[in-house]
Amino acid sequence: MTPKEREFSLVVNGELKTVRAHPMERLLDVLREHLGLTGTKEGCGEGECGACAVLIDGALVDSCLIPILQAQGSNVVTIEKLAGEPRLYALQEAFLECGGAQCGICTPGMILAAQYLLNRKPRPTMEDIREGLSGNLCRCTGYTQIIEAVAEAARRGAST
Amino acid sequence: MRSDPADYELVAPANLQAAISLLAGEPGSWLPIAGGTDLMVQYAAGTLRVRKLVSIWNLPDLRRVEILPGEIQIGAGCTYTDLREHAVVRDEFPLLARAASWTGGIANQNRGTLGGNIANASPAADSLPALLAYGADLILVSVRGERRLPYRDFHAAYKETKLAPDELIRAVCLPRRFAGYVSYARKVGTRNAQAISKVCIAALARLESGVVHDVRIAVGSVAPVPLRLAETERILDRKPVEPSIVALARRTAAGEIRPIDDIRSTARYRAAVVSNLVAEFLEKLRAPAMGHE
Repeated sequence: MTPKEREFSLVVNGELKTVRAHPMERLLDVLREHLGLTGTKEGCGEGECGACAVLIDGALVDSCLIPILQAQGSNVVTIEKLAGEPRLYALQEAFLECGGAQCGICTPGMILAAQYLLNRKPRPTMEDIREGLSGNLCRCTGYTQIIEAVAEAARRGAST
Repeated sequence: MRSDPADYELVAPANLQAAISLLAGEPGSWLPIAGGTDLMVQYAAGTLRVRKLVSIWNLPDLRRVEILPGEIQIGAGCTYTDLREHAVVRDEFPLLARAASWTGGIANQNRGTLGGNIANASPAADSLPALLAYGADLILVSVRGERRLPYRDFHAAYKETKLAPDELIRAVCLPRRFAGYVSYARKVGTRNAQAISKVCIAALARLESGVVHDVRIAVGSVAPVPLRLAETERILDRKPVEPSIVALARRTAAGEIRPIDDIRSTARYRAAVVSNLVAEFLEKLRAPAMGHE
């Protein structure tokens, strides 16, 4: 096989990163294996479960479906960035208080999907929350607590 | 088994012209990839046979919506989120906006494109019945120029289309002439988000002087290609919505689909659901304020 690795540059959690990779390598693998950001999880690997959700240029996406070439030059935010931001304590605290995290595998994706929702709809209805999280599966089936956590975070102004 | 990225070539031309030039150079050997919501699943499963991919994600020429007096031209690279949020799509083509809202989850809607849904040609694709109902045209582009094709002629057979190996879908054109129509869309699946439809329907018509005019009913997941229910439409034309007509429409609809038993449902269930959906649409047409949307 001819080596076709190339250099790709992208901003990850505010820092410019350059990685050497095959263009079809998944953003998920680049984040986890090249950059050591293992907060982004692999669940189904086919865009169904949302465990690998990240934000690219502000949009919620599943990083398992994105070849690194399509992330070239973009601005990627992973759970590691959100975890370090004081303004997100409301969402994190609400997940803790409402029991929104059980085994924890879905939690990074849930938090990112919730943050994306609250960025766009600071006062979501319960229906908005259900829809906003509809691409994220929790195999512990703790949906009620997760949805309550997002509603609680919205009440506390998690988007501001 | 997972694919090895080293086995695949992936390039990203800077613009549409460069993309079609690449396709023209070796017709059939390059596979366009937009948001990746279908192809990356095949790639992950190790079933993506084509080894040369050309990224058309986010090409500006494909992500515009042009509003003309008589039609809108939606760039094939527009995502479901783009469709849901576009004021003209929402106001004048609610069947398409609705279908976009129940395609996949939010993350898929931020990546999946209308052109990808068309080219992928799944008979279960959620947005395709809406395009059939609105009588969409496609603009196809290659280095040979552009051609315009009625969308109803695009699907030749199961997963086979009229797209030439050197062509891309550039835009989807919808005529702006459905003001005052009653529209009805419904997806029947295990759940709305993520799940692939057992049956999906997009229908519209107007009721004038108590009779049905210009009725358009399109369904997905009930035949090898998305289907217009031409015979059902014919028997409804200029008829009042009354029990005997509804009963005839139910039977006709069930008779003109070609559903199969598969992993998601059975042919018998699908036929029953199509009948019920046609009846629910007619009920809404008769009493618009009462129906679902």
